[in-house]
Amino acid sequence: MSSSKDETKNKRKNAFSRRGFLQGLGAGTGVLSTGILAEQEAQAAPAAVSGPDAVSIMLDINGKSVKATVEPRTTLLDTLRNQLDITGAKRVCDRGTCGACTVMVDKKVMYACTILAVDAQGKKIETIEGLAPEGKMHPVSQAFWDNDAQQCGYCTPGFVMAAKGFLDRNPNPTYEQVKKGLGGNLCRCGTYVGVRKAVLQAAKTMGGKNA
Amino acid sequence: MPNYSWPAMDKRRVMGQPIKRLDGPVKSSGRAKYNSDVHPKDMLWATLVTSPHAHARVTAIDLSPAEKMPGVTAVRAIKKAGDEVQWAGMEVASIAAINEEIARDAARAVVVKYEVLPHLVQEQDLAKAGTRAKPAGEQVSGDPDQAFKDADVVAEGEYGVPVITHCCLETHGTVVQWNGDHVEVWPSTQNVSGIPAQYATTLKVPANQIHVHMDHVGGGFGSKFPLDLWDAEAAHLSKASGGKPVKMFLDRETELTIAGVRPSAYAKVKLGAKKDGTLTVWESKTWGSGGFQAANLNADLFPYVYRKVPNRRVNHSGVSLNAGTARAWRAPNHPQISLISCSALDDLAAKLGMDPLQFFLKNADLTSKPDVYREQLNKAAAMIEWSKYGHARPDQTKGPIKRGLGIGVNTWGGLGHDSQCRITIQADGSVEVDLGSQDLGTATRTMIAMVAAETFGLQVSQISVGIGDTNFPPSGGSGGSTTVGGVTVSTRKASVNALGKIFDLLSPIMNVPADQLEAIDGRIQQKGNPNKAMNWKQACAKLGAQTISAMGENLSRNAPKEGLINQGVSGVQMADVSVDTETGVVKMNRLVAVQDCGLVVNPRTAESQVLGACIMSTCAALFEERVMDQQTGRVLNADMEFYKLSGIGDIGEILVHMDISPEHDARGIIGLGEPPAVGGMAAISNAVANAIGVRVGILPLTPDRVLAALANRRNA
Repeated sequence: MSSSKDETKNKRKNAFSRRGFLQGLGAGTGVLSTGILAEQEAQAAPAAVSGPDAVSIMLDINGKSVKATVEPRTTLLDTLRNQLDITGAKRVCDRGTCGACTVMVDKKVMYACTILAVDAQGKKIETIEGLAPEGKMHPVSQAFWDNDAQQCGYCTPGFVMAAKGFLDRNPNPTYEQVKKGLGGNLCRCGTYVGVRKAVLQAAKTMGGKNA
Repeated sequence: MPNYSWPAMDKRRVMGQPIKRLDGPVKSSGRAKYNSDVHPKDMLWATLVTSPHAHARVTAIDLSPAEKMPGVTAVRAIKKAGDEVQWAGMEVASIAAINEEIARDAARAVVVKYEVLPHLVQEQDLAKAGTRAKPAGEQVSGDPDQAFKDADVVAEGEYGVPVITHCCLETHGTVVQWNGDHVEVWPSTQNVSGIPAQYATTLKVPANQIHVHMDHVGGGFGSKFPLDLWDAEAAHLSKASGGKPVKMFLDRETELTIAGVRPSAYAKVKLGAKKDGTLTVWESKTWGSGGFQAANLNADLFPYVYRKVPNRRVNHSGVSLNAGTARAWRAPNHPQISLISCSALDDLAAKLGMDPLQFFLKNADLTSKPDVYREQLNKAAAMIEWSKYGHARPDQTKGPIKRGLGIGVNTWGGLGHDSQCRITIQADGSVEVDLGSQDLGTATRTMIAMVAAETFGLQVSQISVGIGDTNFPPSGGSGGSTTVGGVTVSTRKASVNALGKIFDLLSPIMNVPADQLEAIDGRIQQKGNPNKAMNWKQACAKLGAQTISAMGENLSRNAPKEGLINQGVSGVQMADVSVDTETGVVKMNRLVAVQDCGLVVNPRTAESQVLGACIMSTCAALFEERVMDQQTGRVLNADMEFYKLSGIGDIGEILVHMDISPEHDARGIIGLGEPPAVGGMAAISNAVANAIGVRVGILPLTPDRVLAALANRRNA
């Protein structure tokens, strides 16, 4: 056992990757080495290993290729906010609960606090800043303004992105669908009534077409 | 003295219109920069080392492992050996580093040794509090003992609501740079103008060398007035790091553990009435905790709104806990006292066999405004269709889903804090309105612009508002629903004063006496005569090289006699819920709010305030509770997954009626932050009791509590 532990330690020291970690565990526990996880790992292409020190990565954000230097543990959210000064996405729960950091990754609505920056490489990341040029308003943002769907406004960018992603998939939602579809975002001031109206208005102004 | 009174209700062009909030575009396009977003050049990241123990003595603290870490720029001990910590999460040391990851690693590297001491973190069972409970003393009026003997019906009940946290989405914190004698601060605060004086005392820097900036704040709700220990630490870390700016914003766990709570309130109530439903006597023994320094509930407010009950005995005990401290929370004291009072009144009505609406109406003479409350109760009853859905306890419908209605009431003060406003008008016609206030999302910015636009006869888009900067004249902290009163009076006065200077300038040019001029629809004209007029731009062009600057001031002590603003509002909320008696789940159908708030400056944003308050009440009624673990002394749910807020689908439909009428309008402006945040919990709790026929005494009304209450009824 001690040797296998040492082996794990060495692997982790040299290269912290899930693959290495699982292999290390596998040496001492037969279950995992023959389990589903191991099978999937075996089929996957050889993992690109990075870290534990900061590494240079390229991210595709709002159609632009940008460079960042991140540790493997750094989330996409912290990279956007702390390094790239893209601060529309907010860090509120930092635990995938509240939706204040909602962005689109390859057209999917995602919480930026739940994605590691290194895993976001090669994907198309869209933040609220990409919805419209500065000084212009996307129809979803316009609808939030028109319906007073913000008070302190800290949850608003996440809500706007969630609404946009929701409308991309449901261009003509019913009121009941809006109440379910936007359930992944939390507001403290209590702006939900305005948000419901805003999403319905945005659907109407966009004429049932994708935003 | 100039006439500062508001234009007549039917003459207003801008005030009273549902203007969209001025900062809506930057907020809903994600471009609003909050101070947690700012990133001055060379900024460092700070974090705290906090106590894992609820009560302990620090025996040793070793900062050196953190100090040695590459990238760490400063480490400070907040506690030293021998100091006690009184709650888990209390600040022990602080760290600044070149990035956030290193700062966190360094915090973990600091070695603190503790001698663990006994703690108390739960207060629901008063018997276990021992000497940690401090009775405030009994207050008695009339003869409650005799009144109970004389009463035809006496009801008793136990009620309560636990500690809840503000859970501001933008956590508490600041960015600060202390460079030489000068301090630049970007805080998240409800109190922009109040920050320099607080920092000056702590840092021993002259207040005029401290400059505060804040465009937006991500929620406060009463918890962001003081300069906190971590704000001061951030400044010291900046100085110790060669004057580089430092960002110190709490993480979510720390935010929910130490950055402020609303005190709990638990009660044993006994009350009595005559057969006809007249309330004759109230007795309550209450207790609760706001943390280590036990916050006292103002028991003099019992029975809430119905305070003129002739016989009364109240006593409240504050319980000191080893837990994070209380801060003001929208309408301090009122939501808890409304809940306890309206629940007990509702239970008494049930025991009398009386419709609760009739009971609340019948006893309206015990309120300070019988006519207003009667009118509001009737209005709310009509909106929620009481005659259609109202019934005696419980809902007799077959099947597991039971529906019920309930009532809660509110009251609050108002008036306005001290505020100074400076208006600058240039020859190009531009109007700048500056005051060191803040917009918490209440549309303060928008209302300032509306008052100025109204006075100058301009559109809101022609007014530039500057707030959130200590280079502007001081304005009070935003609390107690005093902001709209303060800033609208100072802005109105500054605007009237500035306009007077324009009239003086134009009088000889237009050949009209200054007191015969008026500003209306973008023109300065002879009163009532659009043919003798100049448009705003032409008029301001006459300034030439001059600039007009005028001040206006609201002094809170003078405000009552000036009559521009007022205090004392009333409101009624009614809830309609469905309870699944098999699962215990409470579902909101509707919540109705009838609210008077004097002269309503902006009905759109005023309604948003009421809607938000209703939703916050729903959160507290159904979901919110800080859960403490007596074993470890820690908060078990210091995150947003298990500290629950309602989502967009949890709130039912909300119907708001703003009581806008000439009579209310004539009273002047009254703030709206607090009153609608009061009655919702009571309305929802009463609706659940009405649906299922048994009181779920302790909030939040979670499925386990509902099922336990139903089981108790079956076993009884």
